[in-house]
This record gives sequence, structure tokens and C-alpha cells, in this order.
Amino acid sequence: MMAAMYQSNFNRQLSIKEKFFKLSFAYILCIVLLALIGTLTLYSAAGGAMTPWAKNHIVRFVFCFCLMIGLAFVDVKVYLKYSYLAYFFVLLLLISVEVFGHIGMGAQRWIDLKVFKLQPSELMKISMVLFLAKYFHSSTLHQIQTIKGIIAPFLMALFPAILIAFEPDLGTSLMLLFTAMVIFFAVGVQVWKFCLGFGGLLVLAPIAWHFLHDYQKNRVLTFLNPERDPLGSGYHIIQAKIALGSGGVFGKGFLNGTQSYLNFLPEKHTDFIFTMLCEEFGFVGGVFVILLNLILIIYGYLFAYRITSYYGKLVVIGLNTNYFMYVFINIAMVLGLLPVVGIPLPLVSYGGTAMLSVMISFGMILCMDVNHHINLGRQSFND
Amino acid sequence: MNRDNDKGKTLLKRTLIIAFLSFCLIFALLVRLYYLEVIEGEKYKVLSDENRIATRVLIAPRGVVYDRNGSVLATNKQNFQALIIAEQTPSLDETLQRFKSIIPLNEAQEQKIRQEIRKNKRFVPVKMKGELSWDEVAALQLNAADMPGVVIDEGLERFYPLGAYSAHFLGYVGSVSQKEIDQEPMLAVPGFKVGKAGLEKVFEKKLRGQSGHIKLEVNAYGRVVKEIERQRGKEGEALVLSIDSRLQKVAQDAFEDHSGAAVVLDVHSGEILAFVSVPSFDPNLFSTGMSQNDWQALISNEKHPLTNKAVSGAYSPGSTFKVVVALAALQAGVISENTTFDCTGVFDLGDHKFHCWKHSGHGVLNVVGALKHSCDVFFYEAALKVGIDKIAQMARLLGLGSDLNIGFENASKGLIPDRQWKENRFKNKWLKGETVLAGIGQGYVLATPLQLAVMTARVVNGGYEIMPRFTKLTLKDKAQIKKLPINFENIEIVKKGMFDVVNDKEGTAKRARFDIGGLKMGGKTGTTQVRRISLKERKTGIIKDEDLAWHLRNHALFVGYAPHDFPKYAVAVVVEHGSSGSGVAAPIASKILQEALKLGI
Repeated sequence: MMAAMYQSNFNRQLSIKEKFFKLSFAYILCIVLLALIGTLTLYSAAGGAMTPWAKNHIVRFVFCFCLMIGLAFVDVKVYLKYSYLAYFFVLLLLISVEVFGHIGMGAQRWIDLKVFKLQPSELMKISMVLFLAKYFHSSTLHQIQTIKGIIAPFLMALFPAILIAFEPDLGTSLMLLFTAMVIFFAVGVQVWKFCLGFGGLLVLAPIAWHFLHDYQKNRVLTFLNPERDPLGSGYHIIQAKIALGSGGVFGKGFLNGTQSYLNFLPEKHTDFIFTMLCEEFGFVGGVFVILLNLILIIYGYLFAYRITSYYGKLVVIGLNTNYFMYVFINIAMVLGLLPVVGIPLPLVSYGGTAMLSVMISFGMILCMDVNHHINLGRQSFND
Repeated sequence: MNRDNDKGKTLLKRTLIIAFLSFCLIFALLVRLYYLEVIEGEKYKVLSDENRIATRVLIAPRGVVYDRNGSVLATNKQNFQALIIAEQTPSLDETLQRFKSIIPLNEAQEQKIRQEIRKNKRFVPVKMKGELSWDEVAALQLNAADMPGVVIDEGLERFYPLGAYSAHFLGYVGSVSQKEIDQEPMLAVPGFKVGKAGLEKVFEKKLRGQSGHIKLEVNAYGRVVKEIERQRGKEGEALVLSIDSRLQKVAQDAFEDHSGAAVVLDVHSGEILAFVSVPSFDPNLFSTGMSQNDWQALISNEKHPLTNKAVSGAYSPGSTFKVVVALAALQAGVISENTTFDCTGVFDLGDHKFHCWKHSGHGVLNVVGALKHSCDVFFYEAALKVGIDKIAQMARLLGLGSDLNIGFENASKGLIPDRQWKENRFKNKWLKGETVLAGIGQGYVLATPLQLAVMTARVVNGGYEIMPRFTKLTLKDKAQIKKLPINFENIEIVKKGMFDVVNDKEGTAKRARFDIGGLKMGGKTGTTQVRRISLKERKTGIIKDEDLAWHLRNHALFVGYAPHDFPKYAVAVVVEHGSSGSGVAAPIASKILQEALKLGI
């Protein structure tokens, strides 16, 4: 009796009002704070002006925020139902980019939708997580631990990654593969298979190197030794380090970042915005931004823990990993720990697509959490 | 169900591992951030300042030089130049066209401007024309609206209001040479000027002052964003000279077209009141840059305008040296005021004949008369009696044979020969004939106009060891001037002779005499040959000086002082190839002394 009531209670559909109060406000607060810090830094990057960046940034954020809340209220079963469809739709978009792609930043990454430019590779990060989540949701552990059981999802992850790599957008491609890898690891694929995979990569790496564009090769080489070319690609890294380091403990103060103000800092409003932030707000400001992101990620794992459904857990872990990748790669890149790969700091960097993509994933994460009690069951193929 | 349970457990386990690794990676970011911003922060702060701050040197204005009355002798004049900033002009061709309609530029100049613009970044100002006159500046400013990008820049440039009058004692400034930069690397600043000659060089340290600097913030492209700091530097110290510019002008003008030098001293302090070397040159040409033609004219002039004859011209003092010989003989006691010699016009020494300038002879003369007539025979006798070493000793006491610490690079020491000198120089014994020649200031003896002025001053001030100087002497230093071992009585005897030279109706320089309210001058003429007169010419009759080419004519000298009763001013005048000390040099000295007395310096 108790068990039955318990069961039924956990499968009950929630009203809009109930859903609203189940939203994690702390999580949302961290998101808003990061977006505000981004706006402030962009205001400073423009030499103390709302245009051209800060105003757009805030407008986009408001739009994305509404979208996020909207996505949080969607029935969780809808996500499960359309997971495969979404994946194939985005894959189609990705292929069409290859065919009709619009040239931007030397790479074909955009679909022009008049209002804004759509970057299917960003959407792929989300839809692939949904795809894998649904796929593994339906698998048994036994299936997962056989080669046959993972060969399909492996190819489904590899194919878009290769497409994106040829756009060429090495950063996003690698991120996609890493996210997929994390999901494969989470669901219980044996460690020796990963070892085998890495072994294969080591063999393939020299071949892949051959296919890299010159600027990509340069970035990797320059990362390994920035002084190799202090006026060329190394200039970015050196100047970024100077900007960041010169901030000291408390920074040079808002609107006082000389490196960015005097244009020594490249890409200060996009990929290198964290350096500018650290120049003006110092170690303290940098730590604050990292901690806000850390809180978001910790929340993600807590959500995953309390979500009942396997699908929900995997979606949250996947999207959370994806967000972590953004933050880690971007900051590690500007701190000189990784090569410059062109990954923005979401919510803070200027640029619509990355914000759109992470806000969609936040919306989904929130939705999974709001419905954490719902047991979606397992659509079994065998049982 | 059991299988699902395992699946869920695996997920939880694996997720914990993923979360733990994620936290570790984020921790690594924090450590790295701490390392870069906190531990290495100072290093990067320095690098960021090096990035953004450009330092420019502000050249300190050079010290102003005044004469003894406060008139400016050297100052810094504003120099206006027109610059063009390429990025501010919409059409370079049009702007250049308009500029040329106001200030003409020749083809080469225009070519150079275009070349400079091409060579530099577009915000770098390029010089179009320097040395703009007030009218040109006004015209440019009036049309400024039509010529966007043209700006007028002002700098400081050394200016000598007296021009050629001050050239030889002040010298001039010029760009720093590589040698000077090697010695003082701080001088390697574009546009920096240092003293190259004269007092500008002697007092360089004092006049230069301390350079300031501006710290400018520049952006990644080198464009100046703002001024961060300006340190004005310290203007060079002002320098007050002992020169009287009024006397200087009169003295220099007195030479008219002659070539030569004159030095006027205050006999009690050694202060130099006028310092002339003619012909002179305009030192302003050195700070503004002179044309090839001007330079050629200067260095090819046979009268050597660039040579400072007052200190580097060593001349035979001729009869002016008789003052030294007379004093040496009196001081040694070999003659007295009453000792007489009979001049027959010729003096025999062994089988060699030494002539008096007056071939008929002067008859019997004492030392006063001998000075008055400038009798050579008397001084042949006197010189032989006293001997060359005592003459040399007296000459040195009176300041000859020394550079007198004037500090000028090309200052000559002149030459006062004695036995030891000849021994060292020629490995030969001193000959009596050489003493005879030295007795009338010929032979080896050489002196500069400055030395002759000092000699005169030391005699007429009663035998005090004044040193020539371009700055004023303090009273305390004045009190410390040493007395030379020369008796007043002997000085009075020589002065009496020098008085007669000018004021006696038989004196050699009687035409130069004056009487300004009882104030009169004394002095001594000198005329020295610059060519050898052969025995043959002596027989056939010596060619008259005015018939000779200019450079073969005799040098004319005069040393004088005034007023006679309580001497204040001493002057030495040398007129190169001026033919006659009494006819040419003495009147110049007379003019100078009269002016000095009138001015009452």
C-alpha cells in the first residue's frame, strides 16, 4: 500500500505552479550572475560603453533565459520521445552546412536564419547527449559491455565529430568526442576498451596531423612553445598571459585594464574574455567566476544523483560534462594550459550560439531536475 | 530489475569518478591562476607596463649666458617647424599643393617628405619645413583649416644675439658626435646639442642642465593614448661672463677688415672684458645648420675665420717683448734707470751684424728712451747682459709660455726659449746671437694675444699674478692674488717708457695718444717680419711692406694699458700682416682703451 502510493506519487504529473517551485533557484542565480559578469566585462571591453557588445549580450541573455525556463516546463517524456529525431534532424543540418554553409571566420559553421546564424555543431552537442542517453536508457548493462552494444552509438558520435572537424572546427569536434567518451565511461563501458581506443588514436595521430590545417598545426606548436613566434600566433598567448598576470591579487580595477584597453589583448571580448576579467578584477575576480561555474557543475551532479530515471541521469551528466568542457577548455586555454582552440567561455564571452546552446542545456537539466521523481521505466528490447 | 540495479550502481560509481576528476581539473585551474596572478603577478605587471609605456626625453633648455652687465649673449630661441600627420589629411597631394602655395618647397624637399610619410606609420608626424619665420607661421595658421594634418611644432634652438661678435669666446653648440656618445651614452638623444667649442664647451656641464622626460601610454600599434607623467628636467645654469658686450663690439669693429686678435683684461682681476678674433663667423649657423656654400666660404678664407687667433695664434711678440727684457735686466740689476747704451744703428756680435730698425741709430739712450724709441740695439745689449735664462724666467713670471688655464682646446702655450729648452729641442748649445734676437722678441719667442694681454696686465698692476678668466672674480679670490717677485721701482721705470711710447712727441705710437679728462694710455708697439729678408735685398733696398702680398707683410702688434696713473685695463692687439704696430695696431688699441675708459667698466 505504502509502496503503491509512493510509486504513484513519483509518477504523478506536476502542475505548472508546482514545477515552478521545484526549479532550483540557486542554480538559476549562478547562471544570471555569470551573464551579468559577462555584460560588465563586455562593457569594459568596449572602453566603457554598452555598444557594441554589452547591450546585445544582455538582450540575447534575456531571450535565452526565457527559452531556458520554457524548456524546463516541457514534459520530460517529450525529450525522451524525440531524442532520436532531434539527433537526426541536427545531423541533417550539419550535413547541409557542409553543402550550403556560409563562410564565417574561415570555417563553414553557420546557417543563416536571417535573425541569427545557426551553428549546428553547437546543437549537435546537445542532441548527441539526448541520443546517447536514450540509447543507453534502453540498453542493459550486459549489452553496454559488449562490443555489439556500443558500436552503433560509437559511430553516431564519431560521424558528426568528423563532419565538424572538417568544417573545420577542431575544438568543437574534440569536445563532442570527449562528451561522448564521458557518457560511454559513465554507463559502464569497460576501461580496457578505452585503453584500446587511445592506443588506436596514438597510431592514428600522425595521420590526423597530416589532415590538420596549417593554422591548427601552428596553434598546437605555438602552444607547446609560445616563444617560437612572439609576433605571430605566440603573440596572443604571451599578451594574454601578461594581461592576466598583471592583474595581480585584486586587479587593475574596472575599466582600467591597460592590456585590453590598449589593444594588446586579442579577442578580448570573445575567447579571451577571461584574461580581461582577470586583468581588471584580479585573482579574486577569476576565482569568483571559476567558483560560480564549479557550483553549477556540482549542482549538475547533485541533480543527476536525485533524478530517478536512467535517461534523466544520463542527459544531465552528459550536458553537465559538456558545460564543464566549455569552462575548462576555455580557461585552461587562456591560462596557457591548453592550445588556443577557439572555445568561448559560455555566458561571459560575446557570441550568440554558445550562449544559446548552454542555455538550452540548462533548460533541459532544470527540466530533468524538476521531474526528478518520475520513473520513465526502461523500454527494453530483451525483457 | 536486478540488472537495472547493477546498471544504476555502475552509473553512480562511474559518475563519482567523473565528478572527482572534474573537480581536480578545476582545482588545477585555480592553482594555475594563483601562480600566474599572485606569484608571478609582479613580473607580468612590469611586462604590461613595458608594453604600454614609452618614454621620451625632454631636452632641458640650455643655460642662458649673460655678459657682465646682464645683456644676453646666448639664449634659446623658439624654432618653429611645420609637420604633417598623414592620417589626418584626406588628400596628401592637395595638402602639399596648398602648403607649397604658402611656403615654397623644391622638388627634392617634396620627394623627401613623401618618402618619410611612406616609411613611417600614418600617425607619425613628418617634418615638412624647419626654421619658419613668424610670417610663415602666421600664414600657415591662417590657412590651417585648408590644410588638415599640417601642424606647427616649436622647439628650442641656441641663439647668439651678438652673432659674430661672440663667436670666438662663446663657441657654439652642435649635434652630439659618436665619440661623445661613447663617453656619455646618455647623450644619445635625437636633437640633443652640446657645446662644441669655446665657453659653450668649457662650461658644458653647467649649461646643459638635467634632461626631463615624458612617459606616454601607447597602444599596441604605438599610437600615443595619453601622457602619464612629465618631468620637466632642470634648465641649465645661467652663466655670467666678465665680457662687456659694448666693449666687445667696439673692439671687434675697430679691426675693420683686418685679420687678427685682441684681448682686453681688467688688470686687477684678470677678468676678460673683450675677446676678439677676426674675421669671425656667425655661430647661429652652427645651430640651425649651414649650407655647403657657407661652409666652403668659411674654410677656404685665407684669414681663417674659424681659428681663434686670440688663444691659438702664436706670434713673435717683437718689440712688445722689450718690456720683458727691460724688466728682466732691471730686476737682475744688470742695468739701472741710468744705464745708457749708444745706438749706432748696428750691433756687432763676432762677425755678425745686428741692425737697429733705425739704420741711422738712436744715439745714447737709457731704458726709458729705448722703450720710447723701441731701439733694438739697446735691447741687444741688455739681453746679452742679463742672459736668456733670466729673460725666460721673467717672461714666465709674466704669463708667457703657458696656456694660462683658459680651458680652450686649441689654446697655444706660445714659446719661451732658454738654454735647457734648446738643449732638449735641438741637442745644441744656446748661441749668443739667439739671446740678441730674443732681446727684441724675435727668433724662437712666440706668444698669443691673450698671453701678451696678461703680460701687460701683470706689469702695470704692480706685479700681481692675475690669471685671465671669463667669469667674474670674487673679492675673496681677488685678495689672494699673489705678488710676483718684481720690484715696484722697476715696474715704474718700464711704465714710464711705455707712457712715452704713446705720449712723448718722439714715441713710436704717438699718433694713438689721447687725453680723456687727464686719463692717458701707455703701451708698446711691435712689428714683426713674417719673411726672411735676404742679404741681397738688404743691399738693394728692402721692399716696402705695402708693396708685398698681404700674407708676406709684417704682423703689427701693440700692448697697452690705461689709465696710466692707476692702470685698470690692459689690451693686446695683433693685426696679422698689418704692416706696422704703430700705424695699425696702436690705433686699434687706443680706440679700445678709450671706449673702456668711457664705459668705466
